Order: sequence, then structure tokens, then C-alpha cells
Amino acid sequence: MSTATQLKTSEPVKRLNGGSARREMLRDITRRLWRNPSARIGGFLALASITIAIIVPLLDNYDPVRDNNLGARYRPPDCLVGWLTSQLNDVEKQSIGDMTCEFPFGADKNGRDIMRRVGHGLSVSLSVGAFVVGISLSIGVSIGLAAGFLSGWVESISMRSMDVILAFPSLLLAIALVTVAGASLTNGMIAIAITQIPTFARLSRSMAISIRNTEYVVAARSVGAGGFSIMLSHVLPNSLAPLIVQATLMLGTAVITTAALGFLGLGQQPPWPELGKMLAESQPALASGKWWVMLFPGLTIVLIVLGFNLLGDALRDALDPRLRGSD
Amino acid sequence: MSKYIIRRALESIPVIIGVSILVFLLLRLIPGDPAVAILGERATPENVAAIRERLGLNKPLPEQYVIWIGNLLQGDLGNTVRGNIPIANELRSRFPATIELSLVAITLASVIGVPMGIISAVRRNSVVDTTTMFGALLGVSVPIFVLGLLLIYLFGVQLKLLPFIGRIDSSIELETRTGLFVVDSILTGNWEALQNTISHLILPAVTLFTVPLAIIARITRSSMLEVLNQDYIRTARAKGLGERPVIFSHALRNALLPIITIIGLQLGTLLSGAVLTETIYSWPGIGKWLFDSIIARDYPIVQSVTLVVSLIYVIINYVVDILYALVDPRIRVA
Repeated sequence: MSTATQLKTSEPVKRLNGGSARREMLRDITRRLWRNPSARIGGFLALASITIAIIVPLLDNYDPVRDNNLGARYRPPDCLVGWLTSQLNDVEKQSIGDMTCEFPFGADKNGRDIMRRVGHGLSVSLSVGAFVVGISLSIGVSIGLAAGFLSGWVESISMRSMDVILAFPSLLLAIALVTVAGASLTNGMIAIAITQIPTFARLSRSMAISIRNTEYVVAARSVGAGGFSIMLSHVLPNSLAPLIVQATLMLGTAVITTAALGFLGLGQQPPWPELGKMLAESQPALASGKWWVMLFPGLTIVLIVLGFNLLGDALRDALDPRLRGSD
Repeated sequence: MSKYIIRRALESIPVIIGVSILVFLLLRLIPGDPAVAILGERATPENVAAIRERLGLNKPLPEQYVIWIGNLLQGDLGNTVRGNIPIANELRSRFPATIELSLVAITLASVIGVPMGIISAVRRNSVVDTTTMFGALLGVSVPIFVLGLLLIYLFGVQLKLLPFIGRIDSSIELETRTGLFVVDSILTGNWEALQNTISHLILPAVTLFTVPLAIIARITRSSMLEVLNQDYIRTARAKGLGERPVIFSHALRNALLPIITIIGLQLGTLLSGAVLTETIYSWPGIGKWLFDSIIARDYPIVQSVTLVVSLIYVIINYVVDILYALVDPRIRVA
């Protein structure tokens, strides 16, 4: 019997085993994640921010150009936060029943509702983050797999180009690219994506190199599978775990960098809300003690990033095969 | 060893050339005419022509690059668009402010971060470990500009404990020798200036050092944990060595490699993180200068700062590699 027919006849059996093993593995990973408190907190924060990011633009048709209410300029937070601060500061403590709920997070210099703008800003930040990770992941992985699997001149040219991008501190490169291309959210996204491509490229290249000489890849090759199909059906699935971890952590980084560009005036242009831009605008108000203009956009960024970082760390622990089955 | 140093230096050359090409092309990536972009839409044709001439935009691209590199090698970074001042001189006068801030931040981050990581690793899964690691995660999750604004509000505005604008009060005179105000005030024995400089340094340094502190603590912990599981640590304990010598002379020495690397890399990252910190605290270094140049659309300055900081970053990476090889002979051979 030739090798090809042997493989063919044993295929259904193998697939069955592979399927149940995979299910068992997934169950193991979910169990490990569920047992880890940082996965639960991170998962909750990430899920909450994704939900808000999707729901807010659907429910609230926001027109920032018309959002102007100078009568409410720098109105402090009412509602729950207002009640809390009155308990801390005021001589006459207000009862919670007296509180209105017009500006739960207060108002900014144009009398705009900060809670509303934070909601839309969060939506912007997360969409940008998702876009950046999507772009840099797909380009980076293609480059990395091609380099690791084809080797030769493809490898040296692509990896040297990655080295050049890595030679720049990433925030600086993003700043420089956006400055010359023109400050806008789209240019910011592209610039951040460019700075993150090398991380994915290097990761997937090293995975491809470690896998390309394994027995099952040699076997696939010996039955005539082409390089492209081996990459898609063998190398990519086996590199998935570290890529998922990296993508989760990278989402946090992308959110921070987007806000940093916004803070420097290189991201979303006013009057559209963006968390970094809102923070930059809050700096003059801080000197006169208007903390709410800064606190809520700042806290939102911290919670999003913390959520994805906690989740990424927990995923790394759960997906690490060396730790699997150890408890 | 010298062979390794030379080999690594040769390997850096293509990267440096790549960096220089990318930075050179930056100015040419501006959509439309760079000269118009710099001067604004209402510029007169004469002014546009003059700027094109000054920036050498009339010549073919490869020729522009050769001229630009030639000038660079002679230390000429060109002139600023506004004011026509040599960029190299300006850079030199602003650099010490950034260096001082970055050095203070990285020193504090290492001095605090390494012991934090060691304690966490030795007392793995204890309350100290969990708290430290959560703190470290929080440290990388709080962006510089959020922390900076929060510190300004708490310690500058509310408690009025610390200044948060600039490097030194304008009423205090300080003779500058090195440009590092702490060093200068010690050299000249100016204690009032020293006190004032240090109080100005605290908030920006704390803002800048949280991310490296968190990363150094995490790397130290994981590196120590890896080493503490090795057989030779068990041997050292088995032969009756106390905990202190086991941890410091056996474990830490072997765990040091990744720690050195991360400290070096963080120093490079600090230089660019300084853009945000310096902007928030009006710290007169190259980061603030970069920010001001972005606003003023003075692209040659943006180009030069990007180039210089990236070259420093490449050099730091190179030095880290060499240190790495010095500590671990296996790397030179491989």
C-alpha cells in the first residue's frame, strides 16, 4: 500500500480523534480560564466595553456639531457621582433623592454631556483598536508565515524591513507618519497598524520555523501538499494560541496609542469625541479644580486597557501547553 | 568577543540605512507639495519656491538623499523652517533636559522594580506577589497622559505640594555647565537650585517611570522564577546555603540577562514616551520641541528628532546585545 492510500484510509479515524481531542482541549482551556480571577475580571471589562461600544452608536444618534449648551459649561457631575462628592466635601450633605440626573459625569467647556461623549469616545477607541489589530495581524502573519516557510530572499528582505520598523520607538514612528500624512483618525489607524506589523510577523515567523521541520509537515509535503496549503492547514492553526494572546494584548496597546495621538492633536479632529482628545482638552480646566472633565475619559481608557491586559495574561496562562494539565 | 562586537555592528548597518531612508522619505510622503504644506495654502509662489530651494526639493530624489546623508555625516541636520536656525544646535541645547528626565526615571524604575520582582518571585503566590503583579499590570494599563494629569491635579492643584511646569523656577539663577540641572547645581554648589530642580523633577519622573517600573518588575519576577526552578538552585540549597546567598549570588546573577535587556530597551522607549510627559509638564526637552514643531508644521524638525531618537534606540539595542554577550558566553558562540 502506498503512503497516500494509507493516509486516506486512516483519515476518518484520525479526524474523529482530532475532533474529540480538540474538544477536550477547548474544555480544558475554558476551565482554566474560568478558574482564574483575572480572566473573569478581564473578560468582564472587555465584554462590557465591547457591548457599550456597539450599543451607544446604535441607540444614540450623536451630532457633535450641534452639541453645544454653554449654559451648562463645566457643570459638575450630578446623579450618583454628585451625591458621592457631596458626601465627601459639602457641609450640607444632599440626600440621594434630591439629585437630578442630567449630567452624570458632568459637562465640559461647551456644556456637553461628558457621559455621552465618553460613550462615543469608547466606541471610537475600540473600533480603532480592532481595526489596527485586524490589519497588523493579517499583514504581519502573512509576512511572517511567508518568511518562515519560504526562507531565502523572501525571508531576508521581509525580516530586514521589519527590523527597520522595529528600530523606531513605535509611538515616535506613529507620530512622525501621522504628522506628515495629515492628522486624522484614519491616518492614525494606519500609522499604528504599521508600527505593530513586525510583532506579528516575528511571532508567526518563529512559529513557522519551529513547525516547518516537524514530522507532520514533512508528511504533508511528502504526499504532495503545496506550501500555501501547508501554511493554511498546518502552520497557521498551530500558531493560533500565541497569536490570540498577542492580539488581545495588542488591542490594549492600540487603544493607548490611539488616545496618545488624539492627546497630541494627531487623531480624531474636534468636535468628534475621542478619549485622548477629551483628556487634552481637560488639562486647562484641571488648574481650576474641574476634575470630572479629566477623570471619566481617563478612567475609561484605563478600564478598557486593563480589561484586555488581564484577559491577555490569563489567556497566555490558559493556552500555554506547558502549564496545561498541571492542575 | 571583539569578533562578536564587529559582527553585530555590521549587522546594524542595513538597519541604520533603512531607518535613514524611511526618515528621509517622511518629508516626501506629505501629500501634495511639502513646501505648500509647510507654508500653508495662502503662501506666495516666491515663498514656496524659496522653501523648495532651501529644502532641496527641486533635485531628483536619489540626489536629495545623498546630499541629505552627506550633511548628516557632517552633523548638519538642516535648518528650522521658522527662524532658519540650525536644527543640530537647537537639538543639542534641548537634549540634556530629556536625558536628565529619562535617566532619573529609568534609575528609579530599576532600583524599585528589580527588588519588587525578586520579592514577588521568592514569595510566589503570596499577598505581596499578587499585589505587586496587579500593581504592575495597572502600571502598564494607565497611559502616561492619564497618570500625568491625575498627578498634576492631586499634587499640583489640590495639595499644592509640587510644581508641575518646567524644570526650574524662573526666579532662580543657575549657571549651566552640562545642561543636566541636578549635576549643574551640585557642581556650582547652588543648593537652592538643586532643591528646586528636584521638586520639578518628581512629578514628570514618576509619570514617566511607571510603565518601565511595571515591565521591569514583571520581567524580573518571571526570570527569577525560571532560575529558581533550576537544579543548581536545589543543589545550592541542599548543600546548606542560606536563602540570601542562594537568591542573590546564585539565582539573581543568572536571572540578570533578561533584566538587563529590558532596562536597556525601556530606556529607548522612555525617550519617545518623553513626548507625552514633556508636553504635559511643559518640560523643555526634545519631546516638547517635537510637539511644538508638529503644531507649527515645521517638518524638518520632526524629521530630525525622529532620526536622532531612532538612532539612539538602535545604539542602545546594540549596546544591550553586547552586554548580553559579555554576561552570557553562549550568545557569542551561537
